[in-house]
Amino acid sequence: MSDGGKTPSRGHLLRCGPGEAILDLRLHETMGGFQALRKALAMDPPRVVEEVRKAGIRGRGGAGFPAGVKWGFLPKDDGRPRYLVINADEGEPCTFKDRYFIEQDPFPLLEGILISAWAIQAHRVYIYVRGEFQKGIRTLEKAIADLRRAGYLGRTVAGRPFALDVFVHPGAGAYICGEESALLESLEGKAGRPRNKPPFPASVGLWGCPTIINNVETMACVRLALLHGAEAFLAMGRPGDGGPKVYGLSGQVKRPGLYEGPMGVTLRTLIMDWGGGTLGDRPIKGIIPGGTSTPVLGPEHLDVPMDFDSMKAAGSMLGTAAATVFTDDTCPVGVLLRIARFYAHESCGQCTPCRDGTGWLERIVEAIEHGEGRPGDCERLLSAARMITGNTICALGDAAAFPVISFVNRFRQDFEDHIAAHRCPFGAV
Amino acid sequence: MALEFSAEREREFQEVVARYPDRQAALIPVLYLADREFGFLSPEAMEYVARRLDLPLTRVVNTASFYTMLRKRQTGRFHIQVCVNVACHLRGADGLLRHLERRLGISPGEITPDGLFSLEGVQCLAACGNAPALQVNYEYHEGMTEEAVDRLIDRLRAEAAPKGGEATRE
Ligand SMILES: Cc1cc2nc3c(=O)[nH]c(=O)nc-3n(C[C@H](O)[C@H](O)[C@H](O)COP(=O)(O)O)c2cc1C
Ligand code: SF4
Ligand code: FES
Repeated sequence: MSDGGKTPSRGHLLRCGPGEAILDLRLHETMGGFQALRKALAMDPPRVVEEVRKAGIRGRGGAGFPAGVKWGFLPKDDGRPRYLVINADEGEPCTFKDRYFIEQDPFPLLEGILISAWAIQAHRVYIYVRGEFQKGIRTLEKAIADLRRAGYLGRTVAGRPFALDVFVHPGAGAYICGEESALLESLEGKAGRPRNKPPFPASVGLWGCPTIINNVETMACVRLALLHGAEAFLAMGRPGDGGPKVYGLSGQVKRPGLYEGPMGVTLRTLIMDWGGGTLGDRPIKGIIPGGTSTPVLGPEHLDVPMDFDSMKAAGSMLGTAAATVFTDDTCPVGVLLRIARFYAHESCGQCTPCRDGTGWLERIVEAIEHGEGRPGDCERLLSAARMITGNTICALGDAAAFPVISFVNRFRQDFEDHIAAHRCPFGAV
Repeated sequence: MALEFSAEREREFQEVVARYPDRQAALIPVLYLADREFGFLSPEAMEYVARRLDLPLTRVVNTASFYTMLRKRQTGRFHIQVCVNVACHLRGADGLLRHLERRLGISPGEITPDGLFSLEGVQCLAACGNAPALQVNYEYHEGMTEEAVDRLIDRLRAEAAPKGGEATRE
């Protein structure tokens, strides 16, 4: 068994450290596995929904929408099948938490899926997994086969009559398919272009049927909420924003990686205590707190708690709670260039402001970084970015614009220095 | 010669189609099967998929052209994809990519003349906590250094070297 030889138990969400894995269903059982499922199956489905609502689980895919509230949007049973779709497309740059569950600890994710399917009475579940996660796809498929053999899937679930199938569906390298309506298009075999909303997937989703879409970590939280009870789960986090949270840390820090803590640890705890501070103990220049679409913060924000509301109050977003740190010797224009390139490349092209605007942003930032910027470029960037926001079908437009606005505002002098010197003062070519 | 799935691929095809209440939903998984079976998605391969799923060819082409992982052209036997996004950029991805270009003598988008390697800069691979990262045929190599890349290339070359007799493809 490739369980890394160790039986780790680090936390509620992160049970494995780097290089460790729990891929044996019986090991999961001995670690309290399926207790939450049995509790849920003993309850009426609407009570499970209520429990999830009370637990204050905010969606961990980035937007932080309360899971129980979303489930409540499902229409009354009208004979159409209902689907549960799991968003395992993890593509937001600097985010690497869902891959952990998929590759190293799939059973809590799958147990959360079984509980959620019961709660919303979905008989079919599709897990949309990023195509690059080839190992993760194999791991999930094997774990699902093991569940079936052990009687947790099929015509009954752990002894309770409830027909349930779970399938893995591979993505194929398009970031936009992480957006939930594009994901559904992709699952239907089409190009992943986001749909106009409303209608929302809860009423018209996969093949026109009521569909709930949730993130991987959200599923792991559903399991914990059932295991410990809604009150206990809520108490582990912040008011209305319950539970433990997986935090990512990357960039120029001593100990990058995944960490678990209660919802709302400060950036300082994550970066300085857990992460050991910056490389060479250099001063922090910028912190991207939750994936590249979240506005960049600075060292004065180190004491902001990482929860959905506090991050918003600080002018950014929690996003995927994956902080990326860069220090004073790093060119912020170069960092923004990587971000602008990404969103220009990944725009699906169906809204003109996003298709054209992301291209302009990329070209202007590129020119500045390469010493070809012109006076007025900062204004041009800001106005191009503002032209995109709020004028598009999906939130990719905003995701492309927010970093530009925040980088130009925060690092204005660095941008102007590039333009005045006709080169990158940090030596980028 | 008309294209045809091998017996094993055919079994996978049947299994994939059974997962969905709708034929088109099987399209991306089946395009993967065709990619694997025929090397890449040539026009003939797409026609074959359209026929097998009973879908109009335009619909197959529309979907296939949207997704970068569905290969419309040949890649090297070892397709190396280096992440160039922010977290990797902050840990030296640019230098790593340049090192690979020099070492292999190709630029991103090209294939070495012996057909062994192709190179590409790609977006975040969700390995940011262990950057810089790359994939070879979608297998992860993380926390890479120039030395580690050199060892990797040597190992892949050795793996591909003919053992005694003729080199066999695959
Ligand atoms: C451009 C874009 C990309 C997204 N990518 C992802 C992703 O990779 N994974 C994810 O879970 N959610 C992603 N989302 C958010 C989803 O649309 C959706 O809100 C989420 O899957 C809902 O699950 P949750 O409520 O459990 O968070 C993305 C959204 C946008 C606009
Ligand atoms: S905002 Fe961009 S990615 Fe989203 S639908 Fe419009 S063009 Fe496509
Ligand atoms: S930025 Fe390179 S793996 Fe995420």
